[in-house]
Amino acid sequence: MQPLTRVEGRAIPLGLKNVDTDIIIPAKWLKTISREGLGAGAFESLRAEPGNVFDDPAYKGAPILIAGDNYGCGSSREHAAWAMLDLGIRVVIAPSFSDIHSGNAVKNGILPVVLPQDAVDRLLEVAREGLEIAVDLEAQTVTTPYQDRFTFQIDPFRRDCLLGGLDEVGLTMARGEAIGGFEAARTAAQPWLMRGTAA
Amino acid sequence: MASRPRTLYEKIWDAHVVETRDDGTALIYIDRHLVHEVTSPQAFEALKVAGRPVRRPELTLAVPDHNLPTTARQDANGRPMPIDDPESAAQLAALEVNAPAFGIRYIPATAKEQGIVHVVGPEQGFSLPGTTIVCGDSHTACHGGLGALAFGIGTSEVEHVLATQTLLLQQSKPMEVRVEGDLGPGISAKDLILHIIGRIGAAGGSGYVIEYRGAVFERMTVEERLTVCNMSIEAGARAGLIAPDDTTFAYLKGRPMAPQGAEWDAAVAYWRTLHSDDGAAFAKSVTINAADVEPSVTWGTSPEDVVAIGGRVPSPEDFADESKRVAAQKSLDYMGLVPGTPMTEVPIENVFIGSCTNSRIEDLRAAAAILKGRHKADNVRWAIVVPGSGLVKAQAEDEGLDKVFIDAGFEWREPGCSACLGMNPDKVPPGERCASTSNRNFVGRQGPGARTHLVSPAMAAAAAVTGRLTDVRELV
Repeated sequence: MQPLTRVEGRAIPLGLKNVDTDIIIPAKWLKTISREGLGAGAFESLRAEPGNVFDDPAYKGAPILIAGDNYGCGSSREHAAWAMLDLGIRVVIAPSFSDIHSGNAVKNGILPVVLPQDAVDRLLEVAREGLEIAVDLEAQTVTTPYQDRFTFQIDPFRRDCLLGGLDEVGLTMARGEAIGGFEAARTAAQPWLMRGTAA
Repeated sequence: MASRPRTLYEKIWDAHVVETRDDGTALIYIDRHLVHEVTSPQAFEALKVAGRPVRRPELTLAVPDHNLPTTARQDANGRPMPIDDPESAAQLAALEVNAPAFGIRYIPATAKEQGIVHVVGPEQGFSLPGTTIVCGDSHTACHGGLGALAFGIGTSEVEHVLATQTLLLQQSKPMEVRVEGDLGPGISAKDLILHIIGRIGAAGGSGYVIEYRGAVFERMTVEERLTVCNMSIEAGARAGLIAPDDTTFAYLKGRPMAPQGAEWDAAVAYWRTLHSDDGAAFAKSVTINAADVEPSVTWGTSPEDVVAIGGRVPSPEDFADESKRVAAQKSLDYMGLVPGTPMTEVPIENVFIGSCTNSRIEDLRAAAAILKGRHKADNVRWAIVVPGSGLVKAQAEDEGLDKVFIDAGFEWREPGCSACLGMNPDKVPPGERCASTSNRNFVGRQGPGARTHLVSPAMAAAAAVTGRLTDVRELV
């Protein structure tokens, strides 16, 4: 995963609430066995609308997306994060995110920034002017050329993973002994739990 | 010393903490992992590239479901039928190769045990009360109907579980949805959960695990509980739970992967401790009056867009918040609906009975009870029933339900996810409406431009008969 510390650039002012992962990447694009190339299908139904923000030259290549409440709700498909990454999006700013999608985003080096609705509204205004926004993960701030400065909270583990570009699987595999101890206790006390398909 | 009263969610969580990191993140043990063909290929590939094995292959079960066509699976000589779509075929083939290569039990498309993962897990007794269950599919919340902590994960987490049998998680907050009183005659579990989502909103459960409480849930069958918990994700919740009880134990006893003999008794003794203690604190609590629940139907493109069947298409001005007004207008445009139209005047061209929400035997019985001796209306172009598994299909055929559906003008299909998300050939055409027993009415969900109205199985059957959205109580 590519580390993320600071992202500066234009922001796509989407603003919509309840943007589900079927909107981010429709099901027909999920038939791939790769993580690559999904940007072609990203936001397909929205991009079919004339004058949509994604195809507006003013926001071409913008690394930041600003959305409404409950961004990424619905399906657990990680293809949504892969599609956003393929478009070059590294930060999404919204008043709230779905639990599953925000986790998927972080695991792919995309930072979900939660800010109150009025801050999001202000950033939408700035983004619509085509101005650049700066997101700093170390300082946990979002700033604009107008000297707006919003601070955001993020789970410290997620922050560390993003800053360091960490491999979570590798981190956990290093805890193999603790997991083995848990499994041994389980096998002794509740062996049926450990049988699964071998029952 | 008396311990602090705990919720059901906290009890299951506590029993699965391997260790807690200094930053509060917990390493949680995963008891059961379901894998299907869509969200697993990249996870298996990553394991292969890194040379990592699957830590506990017997705790994972692999079943193809999303891509499979629901037409005949074998030709007259019993040979598997080829799959026309090359991408679907490649994805299905990848699972068929990956599962055995990593030592994982695989149920092939031609086996009678095959079905939608969330139907297969409970049916096989793989899903058990008090266990942690994950799958790369958000409707994993379904298994909460057995009293399991079950939730959807992304592909990176699928890889993490395969390699370590754990996940790194932040604890969610416990939320209570309490339903007081009794549901009226003809009101189903699906009507109730749609009503609940309409009340709390598509983000109302974000950051929470919902426990459904009240006598209504205690009286429900396991299949009804699975329907309720299945749609917890549509309210934004990580998971939904209903405390296991004698109904749960009777459902599981004797299932192929459930414990047996002395182990069964020990398991039941443990499962009886799995309920929220008196005085346990919920971070959020919502009370619903069961008498307020009518047959429910959606009008828009979010599962929170729910009205009673006797209601009308709302106007954007009905909503207090600006972003919802904008969203409502977009939904109405997409759905081709005019504010103020009675829901019962909305015509239907397609009917889909199926999905992990409503494809079990009780769902098919409820739909067939309405269709018996009746036929779909002329304007209903396409009506299909997709049983949740081969075992559900066989059971329905034993009961003669297939004949009821076929006589009513429905197509009787092979099991799979089908038109719930249209990854296989089963799609609703652009601009047409579908009365669907599935779980999502998102833009393009059932096919590009398709217009979905979420309903219960009996309501879907009623819509098929009249050719418009209909209060099923008029047909019983």
